[in-house]
Amino acid sequence: MMDFLLGGLTPSAFVHDPLMAGAGYAMVGALVLAAVGLTYFKRWKWLWKWMTSLDPKKIGVMYIVVAVIMLLRGLADVLLIRTQQATSVGNSQGILSSDHFQQIFSAHGTIMIFFVAMGIIFGVLNLIVPQQIGARDVAFPFMNSVSFWLFAVGMLLINAPLVVGEFAATGWLAYPPLSELQYSPGVGVDYWIWSLQIAGIGSLMSGINFFVTIIKKRAPGMTLMKMPVFIWSVLCSMSLVMFAFPILTGTLGMLSLDRLMGMHFFTSGGGGNPMMYINLIWAWGHPEVYILVLPAFGIFSEIVPVFSGKKLFGYTSMVVALIAITILSFTVWLHHFFTMGAGADVNTFFGIMTMVIAIPTGVKVFNWIFTMYRGRIRFTTPMLWFMGFVTTFTIGGMTGVLMSVPAADFQFHNSLFLVAHFHNMIIGGVVFGAFAAFTYWFPKFTGFTLNERLGRYAFWLWLVGFLLAFIPLYILGFMGATRRLDHYDASLGWQGLFIVAGIGALLICAGVAMQLLQVTVSIIKRKENMVGTDPWNGRTLEWATATPPPEYNFATILVVSTRDAFWEMKKNKVVSEPTYESISIPKNSGLGVIIGLFALLVGFGLIWHIFWLALVGLVGVIIVLIIRLTSDDNDEVISAHEVRMIETAGGGA
Amino acid sequence: MATDMKRVGQESSTKTLGFWIYIMTDCVLFATLFATYAVLHGNTFGGPSSRQLFDLPYVFIETFLLLTSSFTIGMAVLSARAGYKSRTIGWLVVTFILGLSFVTMELTEFAHLVADGNSWQRSGFLSAFFTLVGTHGAHISVGLLWMIVMMIRIAKGGLKSMDVGRLALLGLFWHFLDIIWICIFTIVYLMGVL
Repeated sequence: MMDFLLGGLTPSAFVHDPLMAGAGYAMVGALVLAAVGLTYFKRWKWLWKWMTSLDPKKIGVMYIVVAVIMLLRGLADVLLIRTQQATSVGNSQGILSSDHFQQIFSAHGTIMIFFVAMGIIFGVLNLIVPQQIGARDVAFPFMNSVSFWLFAVGMLLINAPLVVGEFAATGWLAYPPLSELQYSPGVGVDYWIWSLQIAGIGSLMSGINFFVTIIKKRAPGMTLMKMPVFIWSVLCSMSLVMFAFPILTGTLGMLSLDRLMGMHFFTSGGGGNPMMYINLIWAWGHPEVYILVLPAFGIFSEIVPVFSGKKLFGYTSMVVALIAITILSFTVWLHHFFTMGAGADVNTFFGIMTMVIAIPTGVKVFNWIFTMYRGRIRFTTPMLWFMGFVTTFTIGGMTGVLMSVPAADFQFHNSLFLVAHFHNMIIGGVVFGAFAAFTYWFPKFTGFTLNERLGRYAFWLWLVGFLLAFIPLYILGFMGATRRLDHYDASLGWQGLFIVAGIGALLICAGVAMQLLQVTVSIIKRKENMVGTDPWNGRTLEWATATPPPEYNFATILVVSTRDAFWEMKKNKVVSEPTYESISIPKNSGLGVIIGLFALLVGFGLIWHIFWLALVGLVGVIIVLIIRLTSDDNDEVISAHEVRMIETAGGGA
Repeated sequence: MATDMKRVGQESSTKTLGFWIYIMTDCVLFATLFATYAVLHGNTFGGPSSRQLFDLPYVFIETFLLLTSSFTIGMAVLSARAGYKSRTIGWLVVTFILGLSFVTMELTEFAHLVADGNSWQRSGFLSAFFTLVGTHGAHISVGLLWMIVMMIRIAKGGLKSMDVGRLALLGLFWHFLDIIWICIFTIVYLMGVL
């Protein structure tokens, strides 16, 4: 009976070693504190209004809040990894047990990619895409809310092992046969699977949503070749989501069937084929890298022209390069496992395709630089992040091309050289891009800019910290250090470099602290940094809305005739005669939150083999979906009079 | 009023595009399962191979049921567009019965395999077979559930334009599952026996 009710869940699942227990207590404590605070300040209703909002701007903010919290979690993992590798040498065993160390690097990778990078990207998309194409909303506002809540549930599931159970000790992609039941009998891999499965389905729905939004919701006159390059980058990135994420869903599904139902997809016995998993997961995983970095390219393509006072150099070649990268990104996945032994011909093909992808990327770098050439450059913080990006990303690109030579890759494979390379791309590309975007678009939503001086400090701490943390890893990789080492021999002489890398990680943490300080100081002293609706002399339509933008973004739908539409409007001094019309916007809906909760039950039930709970969750999701999809009254109307009141009070366009 | 109609028109074309793209992503999911099946097809691990297991005439009846249901749901969508309420429901009932018979036959086939000791645990080949065919069957079941909801709504509220639009999407979904089944019939059963 207890087996039926609780599945594999026993009291001992709640017992952890002091370090993990401490993190678990801190997490639960923070939640309790938040609940007490909400009750004390009577803010529950306010919170519920946020949670149930279908306004993409609010959903975007929630994405970013989750991503920032997860960034702090991921950073805490980094500090543990760095401490372990700097101290666990020779006779000293460091601070972590081997098993715990493995759980931590697995969690670090998974969290940083799925819940930080993806969260930031979808946050920026929600905030910027509708406004930049002159639209009032995304194509499917309710699905957008469901996407977010599935993402949030994935986040909960990946943090739950701190309190109950354990996390996967199998690395961020959980290769079988190690991740099969035979070698990983605990719930760790199941947490990994269901956290990613649920968040991944959310990402897939977001991909469809933004793709359709861009195709269908653009302002009249904005033809495809008049779209801002950021929108192009999102369109390409979302096509990748549409093609790549179903593969992830299928692959995780099969791994889970192996573990739950005793199937033999990827087992080492029974006729399974573990190499199939590695092919499939990278057929998703390589495009995933571009899903993250293409929007970052798009962000820089917006920032560089604005701060150079020039239009973007080579718009058409930028678009062609984006499309080329999109297509090529599906032809390189095998370079993640040249050593598998696919044969010389196959390895050569994938090696060459990998080198080819550097060409469109190079085109983009030169276009940005030519945009700056003879421009009137303002070295604001977003521009600093861009300069940092161009230098670090180019270094990363070159080390990538080194590894694309299969013969050389046999040396680099699985070494810290590789670890340094992909951090180079993700931090230098995606993370710097996100910080540039944050500083650049912050005043759009708040009405004041961020403190420039603290922003500069944060940038330099990040840049120096980043170089200190990862250049030693390149060198260590050459010296033969493999990834995921929890202990090494003193005679290897690696400790010095590991200590330098640790200092680099500390500097990055100081950079993050500086950014938190920057936001706090900027909010406190916001009166000093008040700006109007167009603080940077912007070029694209998002600067044509009021600050902060009203829920419907545009009172009057603008008609676009050129690229850089807002710039043209300013140049031609177009003042649109305000004609107010009633606007229909989607009502708040709590059903997205409820679908998220039921999905949580499904995930938790399957992880702990509490099958009745999973069934309850599944039936719940289906019923809520039927309720929502068969209801006809989901919109509310803001009358023309109310729109006029809002617009004259806010002074919007 | 005219702008209202225009807005509704735009909305439904947005939904149609979104649904087409969903179908495309589902296609990629099936492609993943087909690829895995192709790779694992020979991995019988000492167990029976596809040649020993599959019964073509039985599967042919399943195929016949599903293809016919694609025709009948097409008739349902046409009737709905023409505004014939009871005829629409009638064609939906026929489609539902055909779809349900298909799922029943598939489950019966599965039960026989399991009873003979050839379950999904037997070999990599059978894992891939059950998952590929079962995923299609699960999709058909979702379609059946959707059909029930549509029948109830049309019976209660008549043929509102929203519901006609939803019925058209259901039709699209059903035809898509038919195409997937034709691929399954060809690759799994026909090529498995030949």
